[in-house]
Amino acid sequence: MSRHLSGFRAWMWQRASAVYLAGFFIYVLAYLIAAPPVDHQALKGWVGNPGMWLATALFFLFLLLHAWIGVRDVILDYIKPAGLRLGMLAAVFVFVLICGLWVLSILMGVL
Amino acid sequence: MPGEPRPVFLNLLQIRLPVAGVMSIAHRAAGVLLFLALPFAIALLALALSDQEGFAQVQVLSQQPLMQGGLLLLLWALAHHFLAGIRYLLIDIHLGVQAPWYRQTAWAVLAAAPVLALLLLWGLS
Repeated sequence: MSRHLSGFRAWMWQRASAVYLAGFFIYVLAYLIAAPPVDHQALKGWVGNPGMWLATALFFLFLLLHAWIGVRDVILDYIKPAGLRLGMLAAVFVFVLICGLWVLSILMGVL
Repeated sequence: MPGEPRPVFLNLLQIRLPVAGVMSIAHRAAGVLLFLALPFAIALLALALSDQEGFAQVQVLSQQPLMQGGLLLLLWALAHHFLAGIRYLLIDIHLGVQAPWYRQTAWAVLAAAPVLALLLLWGLS
């Protein structure tokens, strides 16, 4: 792979995703405080709205990217033995992947 | 590099970390905690979106003391990670780098995060 997500590229993605995540969190928390969905139908209507659906899908994509870069940095900083480090990185990668597929299946169900 | 090895002093109980360091470590810890909480958050979202019964279950669950405690902890982690993250973004564009600003903003983040978390918990319930 020629385009590793490391160095400056990872640093930049970490910040770009952070800005999106911050904006999405502000919107969702403000919405949930001001006008929380009263029932299942209302929640489904909110998340299923095309604009919100896309924003939510993008949110989880950026969230998992942000989490991967962040946790990867933490592991690289504190875990020195090569085998343990590789094992933990692999576990986190699988964890992120499963979360992503899970969210995808949930979002597809709302459509 | 030739010469004597650098002195290394890593006794965590004796190092007196400056406040920006405490805030920074907390930013990391909060990030890892939020990462580990992801499956629980996704599970709640899945349940709430499944059907009306699931939605009602999430409503009942979220009122239980244990869930409220967990939610407060996660909201604190989120608030800290959010505020510290904004501080880092500002430092990236060279805002708040100089003394005493970097120290004062670190204190502000540490103090404001639990307040914001309590406000959010109160607003959400």
